[in-house]
Amino acid sequence: MPGFGFSLGVTLFYLSALVLIPLAALIIRPWEMGFDGFWAAVTTPRVLAALKLSFGAAAIAAAINSVFGLIVAWVLVRYRFPGRKFIDAFVDLPFALPTAVAGIALSALYAPNGWIGAPLAKLGIKVAFTPTGVLVALIFIGLPFVVRTLEPVLADLSRDAEEAAATLGATRLQSFRRVILPSLLPTLLTGTAMAFARGVGEYGSVIFIAGNLPGVSEIAPLMIIIKLQEYDYAGAAAIGVVMLGASFVFLFALNALQAWSASRR
Amino acid sequence: MRKLAIFAAALSLCGAAHAADVSLLNVSYDPTRELYKDINAAFAAQWKQKTGDTLTVNMSHNGSGASSRAVIDGLDADVVTLALAYDIDAIADKAKLLPSNWQKRLPQNSTPYTSTVVFLVRKGNPWHIKDWPDLVRPGVHVVTPNPKTSGGARWSYLAAWAYAEKKPGGSWEKAKQFIAELYRHVPVLDTGARGSTTTFAQRGIGDVLLSWENEAHLALKEAGGDKFEIVYPSNSILAEPPVAVVDKNADRHGTRKVAEAYLQFLYSKEAQEIEAKDFYRPRDKDILAAHARDFPNIPLYSIDDVFGGWTKAQQVHFSDGGVFDQIYKPGQ
Repeated sequence: MPGFGFSLGVTLFYLSALVLIPLAALIIRPWEMGFDGFWAAVTTPRVLAALKLSFGAAAIAAAINSVFGLIVAWVLVRYRFPGRKFIDAFVDLPFALPTAVAGIALSALYAPNGWIGAPLAKLGIKVAFTPTGVLVALIFIGLPFVVRTLEPVLADLSRDAEEAAATLGATRLQSFRRVILPSLLPTLLTGTAMAFARGVGEYGSVIFIAGNLPGVSEIAPLMIIIKLQEYDYAGAAAIGVVMLGASFVFLFALNALQAWSASRR
Repeated sequence: MRKLAIFAAALSLCGAAHAADVSLLNVSYDPTRELYKDINAAFAAQWKQKTGDTLTVNMSHNGSGASSRAVIDGLDADVVTLALAYDIDAIADKAKLLPSNWQKRLPQNSTPYTSTVVFLVRKGNPWHIKDWPDLVRPGVHVVTPNPKTSGGARWSYLAAWAYAEKKPGGSWEKAKQFIAELYRHVPVLDTGARGSTTTFAQRGIGDVLLSWENEAHLALKEAGGDKFEIVYPSNSILAEPPVAVVDKNADRHGTRKVAEAYLQFLYSKEAQEIEAKDFYRPRDKDILAAHARDFPNIPLYSIDDVFGGWTKAQQVHFSDGGVFDQIYKPGQ
């Protein structure tokens, strides 16, 4: 193919400058305190609790988004109704809104004196300033990733197979499970993985609603900020490396799963 | 010919900058936005009168620790005006941008104004919160930021500690227990003082906010006076937010003279009046007396007396594995 050398050169240079070099700087940093220091920095109960919360909440939020994102994408692609374009634009808001604005809005809504928080508080449910609040924020910012990756694939999905399934006597549920879902699955996994990856590292929208209690509602990115505040750059980088490593493993596994599900089709 | 024109233009620009336009960057902490807006206008007017130069003071506000880190990482501050001495110590220590004896260079520990920690409660004081022990009564919720990320929160923590250690029958161990109990009553730890004020004032969380005196007055003013009350405990801490010229930056910019004059100005009658108006306690005795209504006279412990200075306080209480980390160990 013509142009391969040039475009590969540009790609490599671009990726190195923007991604590889900063990441390498991050990965080199923690080892100045030795492996023991690194291990000690990332295995304190507080850091472990924060990592558990960040990864756990991001995973649950991504799972919830995969279900509801699919429904939203389905509605927006398959049906024509007044206000569709309007709702379609809504989906992008979590992308466009500065995360801090989203966080403040969410915490105002879900605080015990907020529009949604007040009725929930009467039922004894606390959302803002608890781990549930973290989950709410991560669902909010993750939704567009699922919807936007699914939409074009859904739109391209030919209806012939569905109609064939229907003529062969499949129920609606059967044709959804056996015909539609398998062809959407790789894309759905991609969108979910992106929502998850975004959620793990999210700071701005979470910090206002989390409550930030050590060991309870403290997220991993906040632990990094706290380490920086102590001028402990190596400790901060250590947590960063763990988050990077875990995200990489998770995304790699999801990619493998996606390849496997694509090959089964 | 064209080259010559550009050269001439460049020369005239340099000349203009030399005679008339000076700018300073003041890197400060969060609650001082209002204060320095007023101070900068007053100083610029005075500087123009004295030298004919037009001075622009640019501000950068953030949490005190974040501001300090930004200067260490290369933010080109001519002067820093931060929430606590440790954050300027860090600049001297880690980036060597100013000498380590910086705090001796200006009068009164280089702090032209002081502040303290007070309680902000809801109107009518429904929990009858009068003093530090009331904060740990069952059912009382206390809002204060995370001392790890907020300078103001560190002062609050130290005020509570000083009370518990110095009261009759108090001791270091008892103070630690009191602090642990106190933070068990905290439902939300925001990252900065402004965040906590919002959580308390707008979100309706908690029964009492541990606050900078000036923040408490500001919250009171903004709410129109019918939602909150300020409660002064029996004693508190003398919070000294210091100021310093960042020597290496100022020398490189050639702004040392104006930077020094700027900080000197903070001690002048005119500036002390502005500081008092923005609810910082002025050092000037007469001006303080004139505003006595805003600044009730309660005993204030100094950090040197109770904690042996900032470096030590930071190390014992707020560093990794310090007392604050210990009280949050699970199972305690």
